[in-house]
Amino acid sequence: MSELHLAVALDGAGWHPAAWRDPSALPDALFSPVYWLSLVRLAERGRLDFVTIEDSLGLQSGRYDGLDGRADHVKGRLDALLIAARVAPVTTHIGLVPTVTVTHTEPFHVSTQLATLDYLSTGRAGWRAQVSGRAVEAAHFGRRTFPAFDLASHEEPAVQAHIAELFAEAADHIEVVRRLWDSWEDDAEIRDVATGRFVDRDKLHYIDFAGAQFSVKGPSITPRPPQGQPIVTALAHSRAGYDLGTDIVYVTPTSVANAAEIVTEVRSLGPAKVFADVVVFLDPERKARLDEVDGAPYTSDAHVYTGDAAGLAELLLSWRETGLDGFRLRPGVLPADLSAIVDDLLPLLRAEGAFRTDYTATTLRGHLGLPAAQNRYARTEVTA
Amino acid sequence: MTKFSGKPQKQVVLAAHFPGVNNTTVWSDPAAGSQIAFDSFRRFAQSAERGKFDFFFLAEGLRLREQRGRIHDLDVVGRPDALTVLAGLAAVTTHLGLTGTVNATFNEPYELARKLASLDHLSGGRAGWNVVTSSDAFTGENFRRGGYLDRADRYTRAAEVLHTARELWDTWPADEVTADRAAGVFTRTGDPGHFVHSGQHIDIQGHFTVPRSPQGRPLIIQAGDSDPGREFAARDADAIFSRHGTLESGRAFYADVKGRMARHGRHPDQLKILPASTFVLGTSTEEAVEKAHHIRRQQVSPQTAILLLEQLWNKDLSDHDPEGPLPVFDPVLDDDSIIKGRTRLFDDPLATARQWRDLASEKGLGIRDLIIEVTGRQTFIGTPSSVAATIDEFVQSDAADGFILVPHLVPGGLDEFVDGVVPLLQERGVFRTDYTTTTLRGHLGLDHV
Repeated sequence: MSELHLAVALDGAGWHPAAWRDPSALPDALFSPVYWLSLVRLAERGRLDFVTIEDSLGLQSGRYDGLDGRADHVKGRLDALLIAARVAPVTTHIGLVPTVTVTHTEPFHVSTQLATLDYLSTGRAGWRAQVSGRAVEAAHFGRRTFPAFDLASHEEPAVQAHIAELFAEAADHIEVVRRLWDSWEDDAEIRDVATGRFVDRDKLHYIDFAGAQFSVKGPSITPRPPQGQPIVTALAHSRAGYDLGTDIVYVTPTSVANAAEIVTEVRSLGPAKVFADVVVFLDPERKARLDEVDGAPYTSDAHVYTGDAAGLAELLLSWRETGLDGFRLRPGVLPADLSAIVDDLLPLLRAEGAFRTDYTATTLRGHLGLPAAQNRYARTEVTA
Repeated sequence: MTKFSGKPQKQVVLAAHFPGVNNTTVWSDPAAGSQIAFDSFRRFAQSAERGKFDFFFLAEGLRLREQRGRIHDLDVVGRPDALTVLAGLAAVTTHLGLTGTVNATFNEPYELARKLASLDHLSGGRAGWNVVTSSDAFTGENFRRGGYLDRADRYTRAAEVLHTARELWDTWPADEVTADRAAGVFTRTGDPGHFVHSGQHIDIQGHFTVPRSPQGRPLIIQAGDSDPGREFAARDADAIFSRHGTLESGRAFYADVKGRMARHGRHPDQLKILPASTFVLGTSTEEAVEKAHHIRRQQVSPQTAILLLEQLWNKDLSDHDPEGPLPVFDPVLDDDSIIKGRTRLFDDPLATARQWRDLASEKGLGIRDLIIEVTGRQTFIGTPSSVAATIDEFVQSDAADGFILVPHLVPGGLDEFVDGVVPLLQERGVFRTDYTTTTLRGHLGLDHV
């Protein structure tokens, strides 16, 4: 039986909006580097494939069409990519996958920032590409005005057209970032003293991308990163998000049957690996207490598992039968549920031969079993 | 004791510039390491921290340089994203300030403010931002906004981006996050960080996401030398990188910029003037001079000599012999520069060409030797003791508050300064023997905002 791939999604004090109020939480530390480093080291101790770090270009809100005004939930974040960069030199194996928005950001900067993260981590960088459709975030940039919409107006034609445009821009953004990574061939730096040349400029390539929202000339300012292509991932709830040209798609099945349908659909579109997102509460009493202080039972776009580690192991192994490559677990409370994943869940999966006992690679591509990335611009070697 | 003993001794500020894509960075030396591997940045920064430097500095690039329509291949090419490297360095240093260039034309203030405030949190209050602007459509071809920003608008945009960033940094009061479990109050207000900015270049509103950072505001650095650049620094900057490396021009610049500060309600001590400086050390003056010449030859290869000459002549000179005489014809005066991706170097090409010809004939120099003579001379050449004395003199006589040092080698180029000159500055009582604060503003004696 092949091994599962496992990631954890780090967000603030955990995914439950009242997580910060749990006695085990560290709400005073959420904006300190030590907090993030200890979470990532805990995940690395568990030999997980990677961590993702949530981010957004606006305040956290329970509403899609604006802010929620709630002072009893965590508000505020640090830039996820810089958190990953801060952690990279002092971790050794675990993949680091920050969320970076594609909608208002510059593909050139995003490409060089992720390439730099790959250098800092010597080949452990990834990217959770995220679309921002919220009108309040567009107003932070002042370039475009977005319609405010919510679940009720989601199906209206104007909203659907807006969403289609956002996903087209996301696909363009990812394409530009990938081209820029390839715009330097691996052996472009030659340091040839005889001719005085530092680089062989025939191995640097313009990318000449022209799209609806931006055009980018290239080449990158940053040499091709250690992995060639860092791992690109996205959370997706429908076909538009499954088809962005990512290496991993995080999906949100609600049942085994639903997982099977989604896996079939994603596989029909391309070679991406499919991870299912599951929110994890490994202490049902704690979950109940937090629901109570929050005034409502916790809900999520993803399946919410509440129970013991044995039950979770069983769920993961049975869902895996649908062809899922792995899971991204969203700990309900940090660090408590991450500790329980590492100390209680993983030994059970290892006993089934379903998860690695130690790292066998040092790069994220290596953990995922992906081959070296071909460079789209490198001339094919002609063999006799 | 110095001849300036009537005044209290000023403390010297020292910053370390990780050398980049100019021809002064020697890549051909056997000791030259990687310009992109993180280990080079780590070793360089740790050397600066060992020397108790105030801060590390890293420039950025947004488009590969071109000359004659082709990517420039003779100097170091390629570099990482500055702020991302600085966040990594925060993990492997404890006190050193971490500063970098981020362009105010091709970044939006919301993102810039977010990243810099995040870096300040992640480094425990050691972040700084060198605010630069560019106006060229060439660089714009890599970015959403594209196009050309009118030269006159450069500083107005830079100032507005900086002011907007400050407004964003100031949105969260220091005590906004209470994280009071019992009361169920994480932030004092439901939606903190509210801002509205409506100006000539920027029209944005909403909520900033980063709680107030340890320094309040990261350090602001400025590097322009023009009149609007000086005014910008006098009003808004905490430090300025100047190009005035002689005692005389340094004092004039210092007096001019500090003299402008009162009009903006600021005290002269609130702005640190730091000329960019190179150094060559030897056990004797003769040895240092000889080393300096050797380094200059490494910096100016035959190919680089022709290329630098082309930057003045604004014309293809590849058929000229690097050891031969200067061109007989005059520079081409054309707005369309053959070099793209860096600023124009010469204000009056005809006059400069005349000077170069005169110097070449006077000293009997070919192209390469002339270029070695007229470009990029090292600032400090001497024994550690003479260099320490010169630095002290510049600072005590108000030609500078300190220096940003640009070694010619990575990663080890700073080591001999740290080992040789720093102890002598410490003996003179003009440089710290250990850090007494943990933030960059603290090191510079600037108040947290």
